[in-house]
Amino acid sequence: MSALLETRGVWQRFGGLVANSDVSISVGRGEIVGLIGPNGAGKSTLFNLIAGVLPPTQGSILFDGEAVTKLPAAERCRRGIGRTFQVVKSFETMTVIDNVIVGALVRTTVMREARRKAHEVLEFTGLAARAHVLASDLVPAEKRRLEVARALATEPKLLLLDEVLTGLTPTEAQTGVALVRKVRDAGITVLMVEHVMEIVMPLVDRAIVLDLGKVLVEGKPADVVRDPKVIKAYLGDRHAVGA
Amino acid sequence: MDKDFAVRRRRDLIIAAALAAIAALTPLFVKDVVVQNILILTLMYAGLSQSWNILSGYCGQISLGHALYFGLGAYTTELLFTKFGVLPWFGMLAGGVVSALIAMGLGYPFFRLRGHYFVIATIVIAEIGLLLFHNWEWAGAAMGITIPIRGDSWLKFQFLRTKLPYFYFALALCCLAWFVTWWLENSKWGFWWRAVKDNPEAAESLGVDVFNSKMGAAAVSAFLVAVGGSFYAQFVSYIDPESVMGFQFSLLMALPAVLGGIGTLWGPVLGAAILIPLTELTRFKFGGSGRGVDLIVYGTLIVLISLALPRGLLSLFSRPKKTGAAR
Repeated sequence: MSALLETRGVWQRFGGLVANSDVSISVGRGEIVGLIGPNGAGKSTLFNLIAGVLPPTQGSILFDGEAVTKLPAAERCRRGIGRTFQVVKSFETMTVIDNVIVGALVRTTVMREARRKAHEVLEFTGLAARAHVLASDLVPAEKRRLEVARALATEPKLLLLDEVLTGLTPTEAQTGVALVRKVRDAGITVLMVEHVMEIVMPLVDRAIVLDLGKVLVEGKPADVVRDPKVIKAYLGDRHAVGA
Repeated sequence: MDKDFAVRRRRDLIIAAALAAIAALTPLFVKDVVVQNILILTLMYAGLSQSWNILSGYCGQISLGHALYFGLGAYTTELLFTKFGVLPWFGMLAGGVVSALIAMGLGYPFFRLRGHYFVIATIVIAEIGLLLFHNWEWAGAAMGITIPIRGDSWLKFQFLRTKLPYFYFALALCCLAWFVTWWLENSKWGFWWRAVKDNPEAAESLGVDVFNSKMGAAAVSAFLVAVGGSFYAQFVSYIDPESVMGFQFSLLMALPAVLGGIGTLWGPVLGAAILIPLTELTRFKFGGSGRGVDLIVYGTLIVLISLALPRGLLSLFSRPKKTGAAR
């Protein structure tokens, strides 16, 4: 069975800065994959390339067996790539339910159907009680949840989560972790960017570590955290020696 | 919860029907021509502002150049009528279509601009339109076009002895613009527009076709405003560039919506109901030889309302949303 998502030799340059160099990763169906790495490793860039915010300088991106390298973000969403934003981008003047309806409208133009779908997703993400509140009135953790809900309403095959667990209290993070598992159990593949290792490692099936724009290590979370190269990238040489 | 929503939609429709019915009956009691004139203008601007609100309020693309579409509606109708004898009713449709096409043609480059730059572009384009008509001999240039009067006729949509037909047309236009808004509000387009306004990048990620959303909003908005322009031309029976394409029209379309509540269903109607009579009355009371006192009074009132209620008068009526338990 082919991978759901695959990047082949992807490069991204911003002027003289090389944000991604020759990145080839793949995400299998039904997996939860963590994309990790220290600050400035190129995680967000790769994430944006996959979501279609900008086309890569070089290389190709395959989704569900087809090249999506040059497709705009909206088209990728139609194909089944849903995403959240690191800095939340709620539709602030709209209610929570209306935010989610926007997502649901990708799959149907019948308002009744979109509304039903939106309610279902709010139920799933635990936001049902807040359906008729303005998005601007939500607390930060709820806004993150709304990002996920909105993306889920588009019925994605692949859900891209950009640091949804970062900056949450431990309790909120636990609820978040539970939600990600629930999403996967619903049959949706998850690729998540995080830099807080302790939260992601127990959650993901596989971790891909980026450093300085390149894939450093890839593998089972337990192996990855013990890899000297990873420790070095995160903590510096001194710690790698002890490992 | 969904029931609440359906109930609210139906309630809006019932209120609108009731208001329209009351408005339709006013001529029975109001015989004064000056007051009738104010009512006609109020209804017309309510309709225009409602149309402006589709592009600028719902979709968030603030236009201060809608005078262009107003003028195009007026000119298309009158050029077709005076040069080719085409009845104003067809001219009205033609004006709407021409304006919608031009709006999309202009949208193609300008919807790539954001925020202030877009606003500036709309102002500039409308001024260019104004200058073109000023210098276009065939269209009467600065002299304008006088609409030949052939007596009262529904066919030619001109009336000398009574203002009532104009009144009913203005009412119909206002109702049409309101209804179109009401209908689109709960459609894919309505949701797309609001999403584009609030956050285009997020909208894009949810599969919203941002560019075409703006184009659609521009076309609907321009079409309705052009119909208003045709109506106005017939109503005043003389047009020249300044009197149908001047910058003041752009403002008078934007202000009621902004004052009443931008991007809301009722904002433009509410805003127009207060603003237009105010405009006319201050002109009546303070206008004349000194010229300008009316504008000072008028401007001061607008500033005061904007300061007190930045989200528009409608925010007075919206109950505070319950914020729930999470905190």
